[in-house]
Amino acid sequence: MQFFGGSEISPSPPQPTVSGNNAHMLYVFNRNGVCLLYREWNRPLKTLNPQQDHKLMFGLLFSLKSLTAKMDPTSADKGNLGVPQLPGQGCSFHSFRTNTYKLSFMESPSGIKIILVTHPRTGDLRESLKYIYNLYVEYVVKNPLYSPGAPIKCELFNSTLDQYVRGLG
Amino acid sequence: MAAIYSLYIINKSGGLIFYKDYGSAGRMDTNDSLRLASLWHSMHAISQQLSPVNGCAGIELLQADNFDLHCFQSLTGTKFFVVCEPGSLHMESLLKYIYELYTDYVLKNPFYEMEMPIRCELFDINLSQAVQKDRVALLGR
Repeated sequence: MQFFGGSEISPSPPQPTVSGNNAHMLYVFNRNGVCLLYREWNRPLKTLNPQQDHKLMFGLLFSLKSLTAKMDPTSADKGNLGVPQLPGQGCSFHSFRTNTYKLSFMESPSGIKIILVTHPRTGDLRESLKYIYNLYVEYVVKNPLYSPGAPIKCELFNSTLDQYVRGLG
Repeated sequence: MAAIYSLYIINKSGGLIFYKDYGSAGRMDTNDSLRLASLWHSMHAISQQLSPVNGCAGIELLQADNFDLHCFQSLTGTKFFVVCEPGSLHMESLLKYIYELYTDYVLKNPFYEMEMPIRCELFDINLSQAVQKDRVALLGR
C-alpha cells in the first residue's frame, strides 16, 4: 500500500477506460464501518434495505481482506485468519469481478474505503479511485463545516463526483 | 516461480474436498485451508446478493495485491478456484479442464462418495500433468 503524495488534484484526471455510462454505485466507508456516502446511478435490483445493504457490503470487504491476507502465497508470515489488520497491512485486494458487475476497492492510510461498482468489462480503476479520493480530500475534508465521521452532505462534492463518474463510464 | 500457487475444490455446502499446494510461501495447515474454503463459499454467496442487476453468479476473479484468484462454479454448485500470479492467462480454460478431469476421474469412480474429500490417484496424476502442461504453455508464449 502506498501513501498518496500531495493532496493536489492532478490537473488531468485519468483517462476513462471505457466510454458510456456504466457505473452502478459508489460507497464510501470510514474505518469504523460507517457509510459516509452512498451514490447510486443505475441499480435496477435491490434485495435489501439501504442500511442492511451497507452493512453487508462492509462485511464483504472486511472478510475478503482477511481472506486475501491469509491466502497471500508470497509471504511466509501471515498470522491467523480473521485477525484485524490495519490499513496497508497484509495483502489486500483492489477489485473483483462477477458476471454482472465489477467492484473496485481502495483503502486510504486513514482507513477510508472507496468502493465503485461498475460494468464487469470496465478496465483497471485504481487511478480513478485515487482521483475520487483526492476529490474527497479537496471537497469534504477541507470543508470547514464537515465533521469527520459524519455522513457526507457536500453539494459540490456530489456534483463533481457525479460529473467525473459519468465521464468515466 | 510457479504460475499457480494452489488449487481448491469445494462442494456445494462450502466444505473443502480437495486442496493442493504448488509452492506458496508460508505454512498453511489443514484447518486454515478448510476455513479459507468456507470463507470463500460465503463471500461468493454474498457477492450475488449485492449485485446491482439480476442474474449474478458470484465472483469469477478476485485481484489481490500479490495474487489473482479465479473461480469456476459448476451447475451443481461445486466450486473450483485457483490462486495464481497476478495477470496469469488461460485460467478459465484451466479450471474448465480441471472440471472435466473431476467429472471423468472422480465422479465416474464407483468408490467415490459424493461431497466427500477426493482421494483418487488417477485424478491426482492427471491434475499434476494438466497444471504442468499449462505451465509449459505459459512458458512457451
